[in-house]
Amino acid sequence: MATLTATAAPTRSAALRKKRHPRDIVGWVAVHAVALAMGIGFALPIVFVVLTAFMSDQQALTSDLWPRSWHPENFLEVFDKAPMLEFFGNSLLYSVLATAGMLLSSIPAAYALARLRFRGSNFIFMLVIAAMMLPPQVVAVPIYSMWANLHLTGTLWPLVVPYFLGDAFSIFLLRQFFVTVPQDYFDAARMDGCNEFQMLYRVLVPMTKPGLAAAGLFTFLYTWNDYFGPLLYVGEKQDSWTLSLALASFRGMHQVQWNLTMAATVLVLVPVIVLFLFAQKSFVKGITFTGVKG
Amino acid sequence: MTATLLGSADAAAASAPSRGRARRRSRHLKWVLLFLAPWAAGMVLFFVYPLLATVYFSFTNYDGLNTADFVGLRNYVFMFTSDPLVKAAAYNTLWLVVILTIGRLLFAMGVAQILTKVRNGSGFLRALCYLPSLAPPVAATLTFVFLFNPGTGPVNTILGWLGINGPLWFNDPNLSKPSLTLLTLWGSGELMIIILAAMLDVPADLYEAAQIDGAGPWMRFRKITLPSIAPVLLFGVVNSIIFALQYFTQAVVAGSVASGSADAVGNSKLIGFPDNSTLTFPVWMYNEGFRSYHMGYASAMAVLLFIVSFAFTAILIRQLRAGKAEAS
Repeated sequence: MATLTATAAPTRSAALRKKRHPRDIVGWVAVHAVALAMGIGFALPIVFVVLTAFMSDQQALTSDLWPRSWHPENFLEVFDKAPMLEFFGNSLLYSVLATAGMLLSSIPAAYALARLRFRGSNFIFMLVIAAMMLPPQVVAVPIYSMWANLHLTGTLWPLVVPYFLGDAFSIFLLRQFFVTVPQDYFDAARMDGCNEFQMLYRVLVPMTKPGLAAAGLFTFLYTWNDYFGPLLYVGEKQDSWTLSLALASFRGMHQVQWNLTMAATVLVLVPVIVLFLFAQKSFVKGITFTGVKG
Repeated sequence: MTATLLGSADAAAASAPSRGRARRRSRHLKWVLLFLAPWAAGMVLFFVYPLLATVYFSFTNYDGLNTADFVGLRNYVFMFTSDPLVKAAAYNTLWLVVILTIGRLLFAMGVAQILTKVRNGSGFLRALCYLPSLAPPVAATLTFVFLFNPGTGPVNTILGWLGINGPLWFNDPNLSKPSLTLLTLWGSGELMIIILAAMLDVPADLYEAAQIDGAGPWMRFRKITLPSIAPVLLFGVVNSIIFALQYFTQAVVAGSVASGSADAVGNSKLIGFPDNSTLTFPVWMYNEGFRSYHMGYASAMAVLLFIVSFAFTAILIRQLRAGKAEAS
């Protein structure tokens, strides 16, 4: 299961390779033609966004698809229109702190659920699932009032603090990784006199780095992409806006053409794409571990 | 993996406890409490308390500033009988729940099925299909509002080359939700990967045996693939329903950007454009609670949203329990 993408495919293709029929070749062409069309379909929206981002203001008003002249200065102009660097900083602060908080609070919780036997552990696991599936809007009113009473609305605190108190999705995901570590390693560590805390940081953490990476990436990305949270808590205070919040209002507030709007969109997309290129394996592994199997 | 999903920690607990084990258990109870303490605090502060408070507020006229007065069932009566917009909002969300769930499942299964057949360049293709799901929803929504903008958008331009007069897409009340659906399908890569993984997990000899028995591709899909990936599909269905129930960002951003208004997104005047066709239940709830400060009323809406979403979560939890019973 853990190596699903790598193992299953080669065995089947090896079986096929034994007997290459003319019919197989026709099938190969058909499948790859459909797949190619599909790939182009998924890529085209981004291609059009990038092309439009390079157009001149005049051309952005037309229905041209290809830039007549290239205007990379559009990307600089985005920074003139809005304090994008500040927004970038706010997004980064939110994502980095939330990810750090999640790892600190959720690794021990997931460890307890995956490896320690205690009464009610199943009930707690069900609670984690229930919290994970809860639409954030359901509990927004009381939580907002709580932060308002503390005079912390308008800051990033309400967005970050909950991650230091355990994130349900991350606990769920980490637990899925933690239960796959063979018990022998823990038994051996116990023989050597490790206590639970040492087992957590000396055995489990080094052995489940891909899982920790996946959980970290997902939290980082979720917070980076988050719109509802920032809208709720810092929507009224532009100094604390995140990139998503700023991007949503960019076109309306600055009355710009599509070329600058798309340039801003590209700027928001680039960090995500870079993150994906560096950590593609962790993403895919993490995703497959969330698919609950009976 | 399948067997260890839930069972691992309980396997040993089932055997008769000895005195040594009992002592060890009380010793590591200390660790359990320590490790779960932050989570427990978070659970109380951000789940249990607000859930109870939401129910309480739903019976009051709370406005975020003044003390809340008890008003009995008035919020619920208003919601079910007189709120002129909640009906549109509930309809829109129901529409999205049905169409997005069916659409995402079928689309993700179709793409995953094709991906299992690809031999050359499959890694690159998978990455390409998955990448859009990572795009920030705001950026993805802007991308689609631009692609489908009626005047100069690439989609209508290309339709024009083919001699088709393109529709208004996000600016047409009848097409705004289908346009949001296209946007959502483009970003359903996570579901694709989960289904693809489940499909690749099916032993290849099952297919070979079926082929020898003369089963065609459709028969093999129905009799082998579908039953094998059924648990993952159930997860996908529940996940998609919950996703659609909380559909907010794309609806808000698409509505206000397509309207071309100069205001900041989230402003109440822009919500639901065009003609309240993108006014989802959470969007209306947000507007009532945080723009009009009818927080008591918004809480009543939240209670309804919770009841519906929890019903589906319960299905998922039951499946997990059943899976566990099977494993042990």
